[in-house]
Amino acid sequence: MWCERCKQRPATVHVTKVVNNHKTETHLCATCAQESGVDAGKELGFLFEPNFSFHNLLASLLENEFGPQSAISPYQTKIEKCATCGLTFTDFRKIGLLGCADCYQAFDKSLGPLLRRVHGHLSHTGKVPKRTGGKVRIKKEIADLRRKLQEAIGREAYEEAAQIRDEIRAKEEELK
Amino acid sequence: MDHKKKMKELLPGWLHRPAPEGDVVVSSRIRLARNLQGYSFPHQADEQALESVIAKVERALKKSAFTLKRLDGIGQSDRLLLVEQYLISPDLLKNPAHRGVMVNSDQTVAIMLNEEDHIRIQSIHPGLALQEAWDEANRFDDVLEAELDYAYAEKAGYLTTCPTNVGTGLRASVMLHLPALQMVDQVKKVLSVLPHVGLSVRGIYGEGTESTGNLYQISNQVTLGLTEDEIIGKIISVTKQVMDQERSAREALLAKESRLQLEDRVRRAYGLLSEARLISSEEAFKLWNNVLLGVKLGLIPEVSVEQVNELFFLIRPAILQHIVGKDLTPHERDYYRAEVIRKHLQTKRG
Repeated sequence: MWCERCKQRPATVHVTKVVNNHKTETHLCATCAQESGVDAGKELGFLFEPNFSFHNLLASLLENEFGPQSAISPYQTKIEKCATCGLTFTDFRKIGLLGCADCYQAFDKSLGPLLRRVHGHLSHTGKVPKRTGGKVRIKKEIADLRRKLQEAIGREAYEEAAQIRDEIRAKEEELK
Repeated sequence: MDHKKKMKELLPGWLHRPAPEGDVVVSSRIRLARNLQGYSFPHQADEQALESVIAKVERALKKSAFTLKRLDGIGQSDRLLLVEQYLISPDLLKNPAHRGVMVNSDQTVAIMLNEEDHIRIQSIHPGLALQEAWDEANRFDDVLEAELDYAYAEKAGYLTTCPTNVGTGLRASVMLHLPALQMVDQVKKVLSVLPHVGLSVRGIYGEGTESTGNLYQISNQVTLGLTEDEIIGKIISVTKQVMDQERSAREALLAKESRLQLEDRVRRAYGLLSEARLISSEEAFKLWNNVLLGVKLGLIPEVSVEQVNELFFLIRPAILQHIVGKDLTPHERDYYRAEVIRKHLQTKRG
């Protein structure tokens, strides 16, 4: 997404304003955001805080992500509470820590931009726990086998491809 | 006191394993963050839940020869000892009730309970041995997972209290000793590229100021969207490059007319360290840095690298108090510190 103002740089500041039930969204690059006075960075202020910590930084990143106005958005206050542990997204923004595993699902929409900002990715590609991850692991193995299958077909190694196809079928059976 | 025996007990067990590339890389560390399904994360959990976590982990490790040390069952000086031995983080001390650590018999693996996450598995190896540390941590992760239901989601991976750890839950780090790069004023330049490849760097200052810090820690920033092997591979390859730079800087320093100055500097540090009668931990750490460089460059042949590495721990307040066997005032500490250093440098000499 490109900055709406200069149309030259990627938009990194997203501001949602809700005034009289009318919602407007603005997407700007950091430079234009600063020039047009919506610099969310001003809200950071963390550099001067004596008790600077990683959680403060994270909370500030969130502030930056949603802009100070987003606090009044009905979307934020009404829906965003974890039913399991009771933590609200506002709590999370203050402390930078989630309350339980279900928070990830409860705040899925709002966490996405943060995860992308911190990690540059949204999906796990690493280790899958053997037991807890059961089906997930099998799905991953199938995906790997499919890649191998394509590659085998590419090299015209049809015997090998047939073998891989059988393996995939066997794994798909396991999933049922 | 039986100096040698007592010391051996107090030094972390991993210190005595082989240290590949030990001339530059001090240690390699893997930390895995895990949580149990069905319990709130520690900062939100009630006492009962925290106790269940401890009991469940203890049961899962029953066959693996781990010992549980509960923080609420020991005094403050024993807690600080665990911090100085790198078995727990200082954060675990903030709220010692219902917190603990499980340590294996040779003290190479420590599993912190109810810190930021329910479970934090740590493996430390000396030198550049990230792969070995990962293999070890991964093995015990499997042991735990065979019994416990981890909080895990297909998309986000291992679910952690702080979203900055989500995915692999892996923090891999190496500690580097870069005195020569620091001397030729190249540290910042060499390390400044690391953030661009998703790695973070921080200086370890001990208790002193910037001038004492020749130790730097490199670790991964990203935990989501990369595999464990990718994360570890990246740190290893970057570490090797930094290592080459440090080695060339050392050679350059030895080749030039600066050699005499360097030799003077490290031998003076050695002289002070081995002859002082009162020494603060700050001064000891500063001198230690120079002595370590001297030993590595072969300018202090009478001391081994292992000996100096051990000193790094012996000068710390809680370990020192345990060697002496009683609580010490700061002044007493300075006296005993000097004595312990002197004895330690003498014992193995010759």
